[in-house]
Amino acid sequence: MSARSSNPASAALRKQIARMEGDGRPAREVLPFGLPELDRRLPGGGLALGCLHEVAGGGNGAVDGAAASCFAAGIAARLPGPVLWCVTEADLFAPGLEQAGLGPDRVIHVEAGDDVSVLACMEEGLRHGGLAVVIAEVARLSMTASRRLHLAAKGSGTTGIALRRWRRQQDAHDFGQPTAAMTRWRVSVLPSAPLPVPGVGRARWLVELIRARAGESFDLELEACDGTGHLGLPAALADRPAAQAGGRGRALA
Amino acid sequence: MLAGRIGNRQVVTAACTLAQELGLSAGMPVSKAQALVPGLQVLPHDPHADAASLERLALWVLQRVSPIVAVDPPDGLVIDSTGTDHLHGGEAAMLETLIGRLVMSGVTGRAAIADSWGAAHALARHVAEPVCLAEPDTAETVLAPLPLSALRIPSTTLASLHTLGFACIGDLLQQPRAPLTRRFGPELCHRLDQALGHAAEPIEPLRPSELVEVHRSFAEPIAAAETIARHIGKLVVQLCAALEERGLGARRLDLLCWRVDAHVQTVRVGLARPQRDPKRLTRLLCEKIETISPGFGIEILSLTAVVTEPLEARQVASSLLEEPAPDLSALVDVLVNRVGARGVYRLAPVASDVPERSVTRVAPLSEPVGSGWPDHWPRPARLLPRPEPIETVALLPDHPPVWIAWRGIRRKVARADGPERVFGEWWKRDAEMIAVRDYFRVEDDAGERFWVFRAGDGEHAETGSHRWFLHGIFG
Repeated sequence: MSARSSNPASAALRKQIARMEGDGRPAREVLPFGLPELDRRLPGGGLALGCLHEVAGGGNGAVDGAAASCFAAGIAARLPGPVLWCVTEADLFAPGLEQAGLGPDRVIHVEAGDDVSVLACMEEGLRHGGLAVVIAEVARLSMTASRRLHLAAKGSGTTGIALRRWRRQQDAHDFGQPTAAMTRWRVSVLPSAPLPVPGVGRARWLVELIRARAGESFDLELEACDGTGHLGLPAALADRPAAQAGGRGRALA
Repeated sequence: MLAGRIGNRQVVTAACTLAQELGLSAGMPVSKAQALVPGLQVLPHDPHADAASLERLALWVLQRVSPIVAVDPPDGLVIDSTGTDHLHGGEAAMLETLIGRLVMSGVTGRAAIADSWGAAHALARHVAEPVCLAEPDTAETVLAPLPLSALRIPSTTLASLHTLGFACIGDLLQQPRAPLTRRFGPELCHRLDQALGHAAEPIEPLRPSELVEVHRSFAEPIAAAETIARHIGKLVVQLCAALEERGLGARRLDLLCWRVDAHVQTVRVGLARPQRDPKRLTRLLCEKIETISPGFGIEILSLTAVVTEPLEARQVASSLLEEPAPDLSALVDVLVNRVGARGVYRLAPVASDVPERSVTRVAPLSEPVGSGWPDHWPRPARLLPRPEPIETVALLPDHPPVWIAWRGIRRKVARADGPERVFGEWWKRDAEMIAVRDYFRVEDDAGERFWVFRAGDGEHAETGSHRWFLHGIFG
């Protein structure tokens, strides 16, 4: 990151590319995760707002999408404004989302019949401009559809999150297909934080940034969203010098 | 019992169920009825009041069920439900709701759906108990056993048909038409054709004068989507001007397209809040253009604000104050008209410990409830629509399972939390008087976290089946 910003030639090139991509302003607004470990590796120092992002669960999470929805809810919780959540099957449990920081008053749920109408509703929400985040649970997301969504998000400044969720785990290889999304995340569950007594501790995730435009991919072991939507850094990682922690995160993959 | 005058005779025109059980029926002379039942309460029949209240009922149906509703005197309504049933969850559900609402307001009603007005009229009066659904293209078979009086023919024709030995519609269907027409005139065969759906019978929609309505007729029939969109735009501007004059905003709009072949195509859009913004209304209507089949062309477009509410100018906060909350009603309207009113909602807490009852759906623009759910225990992000049975090995009475097998995969439980005991809500159902669920949060080797429960307290067989279920998945 530091090498990148210090090189004036590449910085100028980056600016030129950003202009060609049609960004009105040179620096895009970002939402930092509040974890230096995570933020310093993201282009711009956080999750770019007014863009399309993709989130999926790993393993069985590709089917149930539980961890991915908590991750998305955590992002939505830290942005002010109403949230639109489009689904094909209504199995979200609102008390669970509230524990990730996203209260019931902020979310309007839309239950559409199929992926096509979910995407149409998502685009409608992104174009409206009054919402903070639009989250849509879809299985298939084509390049064309994602580009439409990304442009809609850019036009209004609303952040879109495509929560990829498939009927069968085998279908999840679809996640490798290219889309126009700004970042692509995979959130898989890990054994929870150990406790000195029997019981389940704070949930932990392996958060992988599989693809990021103008950024590098990485993976990191993190603690799940707390009641305000903030991720945590496991104690073992937090006490380590930053350079070492990064190396350890990569070694886990 | 109601009595009216036909010619110079006092006859019974209507009798309540109680009177009918005593042997009274419509058409009986009043003097005979009074002789049969001493102390009979006789009220004068007021046909005008009946017609007026029937029209009020038709208006109510118009506002809630379908854009095309007409009064079918003396005691019926006819509704063109083409294209409206899916908004109410199917034809059967629509009839159930309609009859249910009528019963709640103290009206006994019967309803039938069939391919034609004639068939629905006959089925509602002779078959429906209280509802009847005829499959498409079965008019002949369902009508055959019905009596001739179901055909809406004059009583003189009916009497002479009876004299000739015809008892039911099936008898008539097998007869050659020519002699019937020569003897009884064209009306009998016409009614027969109407009931079978061979002859068209347009329903002239009820349009009370208090509704705000604008229409345009075209010298040349129009059919292209762009043309329709342009004229819708013009109509909406007219309608909004008319609404503004009265200080009203539209909650529900009906667009009726009269085709050259006398068919009517309808488009209905609803709005979450009263509106009279031409741009927004035009957009909602234009999204539905693809549902209009113009056939050989549309002659008349008419736009009606079926449900209206007062809409006054409101003061909005200036930019000096804090930012006003964004107005989502336009978005909600678009979404509702796309996926249906049931598909757009917000969730609100209900004071219940049973997880599936702790959440209720409220309208997307209702007032915020403020408080959420109690935060004592972790709750899963996904709740299965219904708990799925799992296989477990667990120590009774209060230990978590050692392993669970769900959807064919066996998982060893590495860590667990619980039990969290949820008692049945005895005030809701007697069966829940002593029912108990013990919830556990379990985590397997790989870190997947599930919400499982045992039906029963682990000691007493009457508290539940003691089978294990998986109810939710944690993130």
